[in-house]
Amino acid sequence: MPPSDPTPIPTDSVRMGKGLDLIKRQLRRAPREFLVGGIGTVLYAAMTIVSSYVLGWVTDEVLFPAVDAGDVGTATLAGAAAAVLGVSALRGAGIALRRLGAYHAQFRLQYRDRVEVTDRYLRLPVEWHRKHSTGQLLANANEDVEAASFIAAPLPMAFGVLLMLVVTGILLLITDPFLALIGFMMGPALFIANFTYQRRMRAVAATAQRLRAEVADIAHESFDAALVVKTLGREDAEVGRFGERSDALRDRMVEVGRLRAMFDPIIEALPNVAILAVLAVGALRVDQGLLTPGALVTFAILFRLVAMPMRVFGWLLGELPRSVVGMERVESVLSETGDVVYGTKAPDDNGGATSTASTVGYLYPETEHVDLSATEGAVVPSDDRDRRGVDEITLNVRAGKTVAIVGPTGSGKSTIAHLLVRLFDPDRGVVSLDGHGLVDLDRDALARSVSIVFQETFLFNESVHENITLGEPFTDQEVVSAARLARAHDFVTQLDDGYATVVGERGASLSGGQRQRIALARALVRKPRLLVLDDATSAIDPAIEGEILEGLANLDTTVVIVAYRRSSIVLADEVIYVEDGRVVDRGSHDDLYGRLPAYRRLIDAYGKLEEPA
Amino acid sequence: MTTTAVREAVEERRSAGALHTIRRGLRLSPELRRGLPGTLLIALVATAGRVIVPVAIQQVIDGGLVEDGVDMTFVLQMTTLALVAVAVTAGATGWMHLRLARVAETALSGIRIRAFRHIHDLSMLHQASEQRGVLVSRVTSDVDQISRFMQWAGLMLLVNGGQALLALVVMLILSVPLGLVVLALVPFISLMIRWFQSRLEIAYLTVRERVGRMLALLAETVVGAPVIRAYGVEERTRTQLEDAIENHRRSAVRAGTLSATFSGSAEFASAFVVAAVVVVGTILAVNGQTSVGTVVAFLFLVQLFVQPVQILGEAVNEAQTAVAGWRRVLDILDIAPDVADPGPDGVTLPHEPLGVRFDSVVFRYPRAGQRADEASASPALRETSVVIEPEQNVAVVGETGSGKTTFAKLLTRLMDPSEGTVLIAGVDAREVRFNSLRDRVVMVPQEGVLFRGTIADNVAMGSPEASKAELAETFHRLGLSDWLEELAQGLDTPVGERGSALSVGERQLVTLVRAAVANPDLLVLDEATSAVDPATEVRISRTLGELTTGRTVVTIAHRISTAEKADRVLVFDDGRIVQDGTHSELVEQGGVYGRLFDSWQRGTT
Repeated sequence: MPPSDPTPIPTDSVRMGKGLDLIKRQLRRAPREFLVGGIGTVLYAAMTIVSSYVLGWVTDEVLFPAVDAGDVGTATLAGAAAAVLGVSALRGAGIALRRLGAYHAQFRLQYRDRVEVTDRYLRLPVEWHRKHSTGQLLANANEDVEAASFIAAPLPMAFGVLLMLVVTGILLLITDPFLALIGFMMGPALFIANFTYQRRMRAVAATAQRLRAEVADIAHESFDAALVVKTLGREDAEVGRFGERSDALRDRMVEVGRLRAMFDPIIEALPNVAILAVLAVGALRVDQGLLTPGALVTFAILFRLVAMPMRVFGWLLGELPRSVVGMERVESVLSETGDVVYGTKAPDDNGGATSTASTVGYLYPETEHVDLSATEGAVVPSDDRDRRGVDEITLNVRAGKTVAIVGPTGSGKSTIAHLLVRLFDPDRGVVSLDGHGLVDLDRDALARSVSIVFQETFLFNESVHENITLGEPFTDQEVVSAARLARAHDFVTQLDDGYATVVGERGASLSGGQRQRIALARALVRKPRLLVLDDATSAIDPAIEGEILEGLANLDTTVVIVAYRRSSIVLADEVIYVEDGRVVDRGSHDDLYGRLPAYRRLIDAYGKLEEPA
Repeated sequence: MTTTAVREAVEERRSAGALHTIRRGLRLSPELRRGLPGTLLIALVATAGRVIVPVAIQQVIDGGLVEDGVDMTFVLQMTTLALVAVAVTAGATGWMHLRLARVAETALSGIRIRAFRHIHDLSMLHQASEQRGVLVSRVTSDVDQISRFMQWAGLMLLVNGGQALLALVVMLILSVPLGLVVLALVPFISLMIRWFQSRLEIAYLTVRERVGRMLALLAETVVGAPVIRAYGVEERTRTQLEDAIENHRRSAVRAGTLSATFSGSAEFASAFVVAAVVVVGTILAVNGQTSVGTVVAFLFLVQLFVQPVQILGEAVNEAQTAVAGWRRVLDILDIAPDVADPGPDGVTLPHEPLGVRFDSVVFRYPRAGQRADEASASPALRETSVVIEPEQNVAVVGETGSGKTTFAKLLTRLMDPSEGTVLIAGVDAREVRFNSLRDRVVMVPQEGVLFRGTIADNVAMGSPEASKAELAETFHRLGLSDWLEELAQGLDTPVGERGSALSVGERQLVTLVRAAVANPDLLVLDEATSAVDPATEVRISRTLGELTTGRTVVTIAHRISTAEKADRVLVFDDGRIVQDGTHSELVEQGGVYGRLFDSWQRGTT
């Protein structure tokens, strides 16, 4: 997986306002789960308060009288134990419910966002995919969704603590307003400490995150180039480069440790300091007869109960900015429009299709992110200069014919291939199949009629059989005959499990040529009426390629091939020569070779590339 | 993954043992133990502080609230003392954090660098392209997981464990009988912990499996978007994705439910301890065997004692992940490099065109962790004996899987043979010092592999001490000055990530110049197959012409024209050399080469 962009963490509190939006959105999206968490947290908060009263009651009404009297009744003791147990059982249930609600909410939110985000991915046009890097799209559907849901974990707890704070605040004020005021002075101090901590930590964490990405980048680059590193004996230099970044990361992580070392103890000590202050002042007030010892104990316990969990606000504050960024990124995908709209018409049903393009222009949209790890799947052109698309293309491929599109790098060949099967919609002009505009055709009918095979093959981590059928109910016989035609059958049967062999991630267990042949079989099993091969046989031996192309010529299919090899070009009925996004000339290979110097130069240059292996 | 499979995996991990992994890890990184006694001592002080406050409360109540009022002097003394304790605790906690962070991060950076180096030292066998992502995670996410654990959950476990222990000790000091009551309940709590922990481990393992499945599908959906669109299989993909996302949700919720129930149960369990303390404490107090204050203090101490249990539920997942990551890193470090440097005792190659001899060489691809001479697969290269004379220009030809790439890798000692010997200048390649070997024998891989940096940086890798002027001179000698001038910044032009700022052909050019700068005596070329524009193509062939004169050259040829130009052609088929001769001889012979030539000719005429 390519490294994902590290989530930028906002450094100011501007986003805090959006925090409320986030909380509202997430509450709306998992209401039942948050309700359960809310009930749990109320139960927990109530029982926490009750339990401190129970302990106070036990001390005042059971323990002290018993010692004073020198005797205690079994019933009283049993009552005390039952009270402690009962309250704790309810409190335990509250804790469990609260966390249960939080977990359910968190994962419900992740589920909904993931399903919705991936649904967008499946509906938005290929162009949109081109505009975004693989890493970014993966991060949107994974890390960003996760980040947006993190808020669910502290939310019920924070709600509960807030509730407890209010209730205990009132109770403490009733018990002893003066003491309560002293205790609650801790609140602002804790908030300031937390806030400073989070702010400073964010800056360091962001740097550490960036360094982590750099370390990963170097490792990727270095392992990718392992052969070069080895044959040039560059191991030491590589270790030096990697080590320098790794040590920089170490320094940041030590810095993270230092911040924790500074703030964690302060945040932990503050409630204790407050409790001690309460005790000292409380003792004074007991001395003055303003307070009973039992009330002081209750007060101390109660106070401790709310003082400790106040840290949850720090947690919430810490998660909020990251969650907001996650939500914003998720929302930006969800609000993308421009889904591919399909028509209802169906093209004819048999024989090769007629494919035409009239005055078609297409410019690639600005790429927002250039990500070179995204070269699989052929959406990204071979280099930057290939982004121009096509200017004005008019062509007509007659039913059952084989046409080769030839032109120098960046001339728009691949763009034409994509346009003919409606992977892109043209900016100008019309592409049609059997006289119907592609945009008017029904999606399934279109998918049944045309197939494209890309240069960069994409195989799913499934069996060979599934990679060919893609879940359609083709018979084994159909699959085998398509594989035979693609010259894949022989090597497939030699695999450990034949057609049931799982090919590994992206078909990793196969060679490039083998992958291309399976991709070809995938297209052929559909018996398309228009087959577009976008340099789809580049890794196949020329001899085998020749056999394949001859086999295709016998089919009742219209074939458009984008090719470099002379051997594939000469098999075509017609050659269309393109340059700079325009059709320059068309005719048979021999004609063009004779009359077009540019074509001749190109063919001769590539002629040297003929592969015997 | 089925539940039984998950269970088995858990069992397997148990038998491998977390402790075993940690011991192995400590052996490999002794620096982790640096200053450990001191840190533990500070940790002890830090945890002691956490117990002090309840004790202070007990003291205040017990000694301060006397029958006829309050002993204010005593209360003030005690609270001041406690305040000092709180400050000392805070200081100690901070100090401990800092020491642990320093030691752990230093050691982890060390492991990271060591693993990185080790991966480079392993032969190409372990670096098959499909494993690269996995290898990267060995030096990144796996180490990060250990780091996260050490800085968060591990620290939490340490402090909380210490807290529970100290609370117990204080309780026993305050009142032995009451302390024993608490102790008596420990076995029940441990049983509960074990029950939950084993289930949590399985639950989290399942979550990780399903996250993996979900992420793989996500990646397929994103990367395979054009195929999904072109073949209209959106519905199928959507169903698969939704299943994977829902399965992940279910497993995560299951783990969460267990963890939540664990916390709730821990709370309830602690209530039993509190109730026991109330009942037994009151009876003891009534009989004058303990003070009221002690009982009250116990009510606090019991909380401190049981609290850590609640944290366990959350730490299990992280601890598991960290140990698993650590083991994966250690497993990589445990693989002995199968292609080893003979070191300073090795032979130094002479600086002259080198001849090569294959003496009954057989190669079988080993399984992971095996050496080539232990491999039992069917041979990729069958018994091969061949001599390449110095300054000979040899083209190696054959289909994918015919053994020609294996041949080239053995030639450059990227791998060692399963049987037989590869001799360079008459010396067993295994006895040549790496420095000398990598200096004299250079392989240029098929696709132009570049590093981020400038053209000069990339070219200078061939000879790090070469000056800018020398580099420019090489470009000039190879007739590439005009190309260099076309570039905005000449030699200082940045090539971008993996050379992305250059075209495919230009990347090849740069790698060829790099090889020229290295000035090897034996050059092994894996010819590129990607099509490049004609102008660059001309430059490449001119550069190749320059580069190949006066050296021994072995080219894995993909073009008939290359084979045509070579002094000699070796034709590989099914792991053997089936033909050996000049182009014209072989064309006459026919056979495999004849067939290749025919199909090529058919294309060109």
